[in-house]
Amino acid sequence: MYVAVKGGEKAIENSLDLVAEERRGDRDVPELTIEQIKSQMALAVDRVMTEGSIYDRDLAALAIKQAQGDIIEAVFLLRAYRTTLPRFGYSAPIDTAQMGIQRRISATYKDLPGGQILGPTYDYTHRLLDFDLTEENRNGPAAARTAPEAVNDGEIPHVTDLLNHEGLIQQEPETDEDAPIADLTRQPLAFPAGRDLRLQNLARGDEGFLLALGYSTQRGYGNNHPFVGEIRMGEVSVEIEPEELGFPIEIGEITVTECELVNQFAGTADSPPQFTRGYGLSFGKAERKAIAMGLVDRALRCRELGEEPTAPAQDEEFVLYHTDNVEASGFLQHLKLPHYVDFQSELELIRKLRAEYMARRQAAAE
Amino acid sequence: MPQPSSLKAGYNFAYLDEQTKRMIRRAILKAVAIPGYQVPFGSREMPLPYGWGTGGIQVTAGIIGPDDTLKVIDQGADDTTNAVSIRRFFANTAGVATTEQTEDATIIQTRHRIPETPLQAGQILVYQVPIPEPLRWLEPRETETRKMHALQEYGIMYVRLYEDISRYGHISTAYDYPVMVNGRYLMRPSPIPKFDNPKMDRNPALQLFGAGREKRIYAVPPYTSVKSLDFKDYPFQVQKWDDCCTLCGADDSFLDEIITDDAGGRMFVCSDSDYCAKRRDAGHSGPNPGEAATKKIGEAGDAA
Repeated sequence: MYVAVKGGEKAIENSLDLVAEERRGDRDVPELTIEQIKSQMALAVDRVMTEGSIYDRDLAALAIKQAQGDIIEAVFLLRAYRTTLPRFGYSAPIDTAQMGIQRRISATYKDLPGGQILGPTYDYTHRLLDFDLTEENRNGPAAARTAPEAVNDGEIPHVTDLLNHEGLIQQEPETDEDAPIADLTRQPLAFPAGRDLRLQNLARGDEGFLLALGYSTQRGYGNNHPFVGEIRMGEVSVEIEPEELGFPIEIGEITVTECELVNQFAGTADSPPQFTRGYGLSFGKAERKAIAMGLVDRALRCRELGEEPTAPAQDEEFVLYHTDNVEASGFLQHLKLPHYVDFQSELELIRKLRAEYMARRQAAAE
Repeated sequence: MPQPSSLKAGYNFAYLDEQTKRMIRRAILKAVAIPGYQVPFGSREMPLPYGWGTGGIQVTAGIIGPDDTLKVIDQGADDTTNAVSIRRFFANTAGVATTEQTEDATIIQTRHRIPETPLQAGQILVYQVPIPEPLRWLEPRETETRKMHALQEYGIMYVRLYEDISRYGHISTAYDYPVMVNGRYLMRPSPIPKFDNPKMDRNPALQLFGAGREKRIYAVPPYTSVKSLDFKDYPFQVQKWDDCCTLCGADDSFLDEIITDDAGGRMFVCSDSDYCAKRRDAGHSGPNPGEAATKKIGEAGDAA
């Protein structure tokens, strides 16, 4: 007897219950707390905030817990929440020269004003599984030799500013501070995309995709000889200027990672040889993302710098349409939805084409 | 807008805030004014994944009011999981009445089908659209395809259809078959089977198309000409089945093929579950009614 396989309300409810059950896991093991995720899974929280494009450690930790650690699912949860929030205003640009520095390195100068501060980094860890971590140690490791303390001796100049004194690096074009800033969460992408729109897109973009694209430029697909002029990570204050007040007020501090790349450029008939720039910025400690973003930003500036776009990372439409992992993940996974009707249409067609092909062969053989 | 008490706390009627709905309604008005033209809109992240009907959901959320009656179908059926999920979303966030009866609905949101029961003036059919651009497989760049629409430069699509005919003897597009709207814009009807294309032409209902991920809305106003592309010597034709529906005996509806065993056994049933049920209620039956019965997995009761 034929039974039509159609899922109903009940099947969905059962599925939701199973997810909740799996999320909780073994009930003999204590449940994860948001505090634990926030403090001990902080880099996952940073990534979810960056790609979810909202700075809220509690919500990001909640999303990670709810998504059982599936980072892209957590980004989606955060984005779906973000879109319901009202907008009270726009902040003034953050000033990273005033950053309370936790980490600051330059690959172009051995020493420079403000100094190099290694800070917390995996860079010089040996990637040996540390079996000591399998046991919970309530006291934790010995306290750091020097307590990490944010350095902020007034303004710490950017490496690119130092280069700028000599005119060695491309001047960023003057922008009208009152001009509206593109916002792709309100207006769909349009091309050609201005740099503001591109940077917003890249900042929200999937780290894995930008990593691969940035890597491709290093391997010759649109090479532009990057140097890490500077990476700095630390706290910056966020200010808004309410219209009725007329002066800016600080509304809080956020941790950001900023990467400024210094790239080669041969110069053209109109401009002398000079370095060019790529820029990356992420919430929290997301250094890999910030560097990858800088590489792709630089690659996408090819037209502005008179370079012929030939590589995927230089192709504005290709890059900007495919960075968003919430869009990509949804569309990819919609393949799981029923396609009976389309498939039936194809079946009908392919049977007809095959019948005609067989008939032609038959006729040819006779 | 006042909310029935049963609604999800903290969210506006039909989920979206009123400003967003106004933005969507403006896009819809523009789309209706220029039939077949894809209007960019500020598509929002929805609590359902992109590719699962977020465009249709936003259009429905933009137009639905407390007095509306909503029907949601996927593959023609009201009880496929995603249709259930979307209907539940609106039942939760808007508290509107829902129905499975085509003629009782004021708004019908659909994925991949147009109901068999003819639509009436005043009804709105909302399509979920994955890829709105009919020229996309031929030209991946949006900057190019927008230009081609502006110049009404559609030769490339006719060449594609011609190449099909020269290679296979037929146009090998079975669904998402391109149409010309109001003699001006080439339009993608969303992945409905070409069987449904003739229903779009001069339909008394308003047809709205929402593509959430691609951030486009387009429309076919009531009684607008919608012509499937073809050639004089190769006129447009729809699919035909040698069989009829096993359950209701219909030979004029789109049939889904059901595999009944692992030895090539198969049968056909209407993809439009409401249409099929109505015919059976009216006393129609298929060739082997004793052989078949519909049964939903788990409990069939649909709260919506």
